[in-house]
Amino acid sequence: MTDSARKRDYWGRNLKYVGALLTIWWTVSFGFGILFVEQLNTIRIGGFQLGFWFAQQGSIYVFVILIFVYVKLMNRLDHEFDVDETEKNR
Amino acid sequence: MNVQAWTFVMVGVSFAVYIGVAIWSRASSTREFYVADASVPPLLNGMATAADWMSAASFISMAGLIAFMGRDGSVYLMGWTGGYVLLALLLAPYLRKFGKYTVPDFVGDRYYSKIARVVAVVCALFVSFTYVAGQMRGVGIVFSRFLGVGINEGVFIGMGIVFFYAVLGGMKGITYTQVAQYCVLIFAYLVPAIFISILLTGNPIPQLGFGDTLADGSGTYLLDRLDGLSSELGFGEFTAGNKRSLDVFFITAALMAGTAGLPHVIVRFYTVPGVRQARSSAGWALLFIAILYTTAPAVAAFARTNLLTTVSNAPYSEVPEWFKNWEETGLIAFDDLNGDGVIQYTGDGSSILNELTIDRDIMVLANPEIANLPNWVVGLVAAGGLAAALSTAAGLLLVISTSVAHDLMKKTFLPQISEKGELVTARVAAGLAVVVAGYFGINPPGFVAQVVALAFGLAAASFFPAIVMGIFSKRMNKEGAVAGMVIGLSFTAYYIVHFKFLHPELNTVDHWWFGISPEGIGTAGMLLNFAVAIGIAALTPAPPEAIQNLVDDIRVPRGAGPAHEVSA
Repeated sequence: MTDSARKRDYWGRNLKYVGALLTIWWTVSFGFGILFVEQLNTIRIGGFQLGFWFAQQGSIYVFVILIFVYVKLMNRLDHEFDVDETEKNR
Repeated sequence: MNVQAWTFVMVGVSFAVYIGVAIWSRASSTREFYVADASVPPLLNGMATAADWMSAASFISMAGLIAFMGRDGSVYLMGWTGGYVLLALLLAPYLRKFGKYTVPDFVGDRYYSKIARVVAVVCALFVSFTYVAGQMRGVGIVFSRFLGVGINEGVFIGMGIVFFYAVLGGMKGITYTQVAQYCVLIFAYLVPAIFISILLTGNPIPQLGFGDTLADGSGTYLLDRLDGLSSELGFGEFTAGNKRSLDVFFITAALMAGTAGLPHVIVRFYTVPGVRQARSSAGWALLFIAILYTTAPAVAAFARTNLLTTVSNAPYSEVPEWFKNWEETGLIAFDDLNGDGVIQYTGDGSSILNELTIDRDIMVLANPEIANLPNWVVGLVAAGGLAAALSTAAGLLLVISTSVAHDLMKKTFLPQISEKGELVTARVAAGLAVVVAGYFGINPPGFVAQVVALAFGLAAASFFPAIVMGIFSKRMNKEGAVAGMVIGLSFTAYYIVHFKFLHPELNTVDHWWFGISPEGIGTAGMLLNFAVAIGIAALTPAPPEAIQNLVDDIRVPRGAGPAHEVSA
């Protein structure tokens, strides 16, 4: 595989990860927290209506998880395509 | 000890720590001054970013806003955290690989244009000055309420402290003081929240207590009680929304994109050693921010419940001590309209006239007093509020000084300036910026709150699309990017100025275009920016080959040295 084809594949995989993670990002915030909040509010968990919970709590937890998942996926991808930073750069 | 003595102790000790840290981490080169030598470990950079980002508005005002807005307050919660996902996935790693010091550096180089660079500098300066004025004001309010000095003296003390470590230490000094400030502010936020959660619900974790049953043995859920109390008094249910979905959608998106485009946040990702660390430090930053942001709505619900049960229908002669204290600052006002000596606190939906006005900003500061917590907790909250305001002010001052010394002098007007000369210029600019910020803190323009909408709107409509397209599209050229920025900016600025400054009487949902409020219009400006840029770029020549190679290069992590000056 040529160097530029390798980089193109690497970039394509990266875009796939970003697309998937941003879909989840959009769904929990704009979807659950805003557009479908009333429908979800008919479901209750303890004292929380589910839509309200996503708007004020759940979406934030998911955001944190998404970033760490991306870190993990990209570190693996960098290694697989041998484009990670070299030891001297820490 | 009384409240004032405790406040002196808490604030004094925390200030001594900041000064000590600043002396230990002085900067001696421009690289240390601008990007802390790109040697900050990701976890610490996450803490520093969290303190940098969470301002007086997050610490003091946000829970109060949510307490009064109910579910609609979630625009701030999601907007100011969701932006970090965009930052981590779309911007931070690539900007770190690019490796220069500032946002205008990236915009200027990627679009091979001095005009683009200058537009970016002007935006960066505007956004930063807007913000910093609000921080200095926050410092003044905390001082005047808790330490019995005037607001002006409070601002002077704050200026002195920031001057000391921002001018001396540059980014390096700021980074390590911000780490200390994060610890102070998060501790100060959590302690009263945990106390109040235990008092109200018996659950020590505010995030869970929020959805738990009340501790009074009734078995009622806290949120149900709050919904009941609120609608009884005519405020509408706490967990129901009043804004239209479309507007909530646009405001949230504008705050997210604006957050990701704010220069003082972006610049923090230049301070880590490499791309890998830039990614993970965005995760740490959001984790540290989320600790406060998931506590805030719980604090809001607790404070609202406490407020409604304490003051509503209470005889004025029997109100607690804190009520009188805050009355003196003018932030609570009671007007006995029907002369019965009892406080009627009601909303628009009630037939009884409302007699009480409460400034939303005092909810967090007064919360420990409302809940009868020990005096040291009250002092701690004052120290936390100061930490939040000072850390953000310092980060902004650094952006201002870097923009002046690096982007304007070194890169635009005085390219032959020496390293030493640039460092002196940066320090002088930081010093001047402190003075200007102090001036605005003492003589606040009446429109600080309105201008914040403008700051986010402009960042969303200008920087965010320009940077994203600069990374994700090789075809995006100078013509497209500049046209997109100028049109996105002008549209957003026009809409906000029109409704906020020229015709505030028309600022209602009936007059807004498509029902979008000025707070949310940045999203429309951003979409317009994307559309115009893509259209114009399609009609004009592709960028030079060297630029396309640059884009290829920033897309892979390998080869990211420390943030550097490229001699091209």
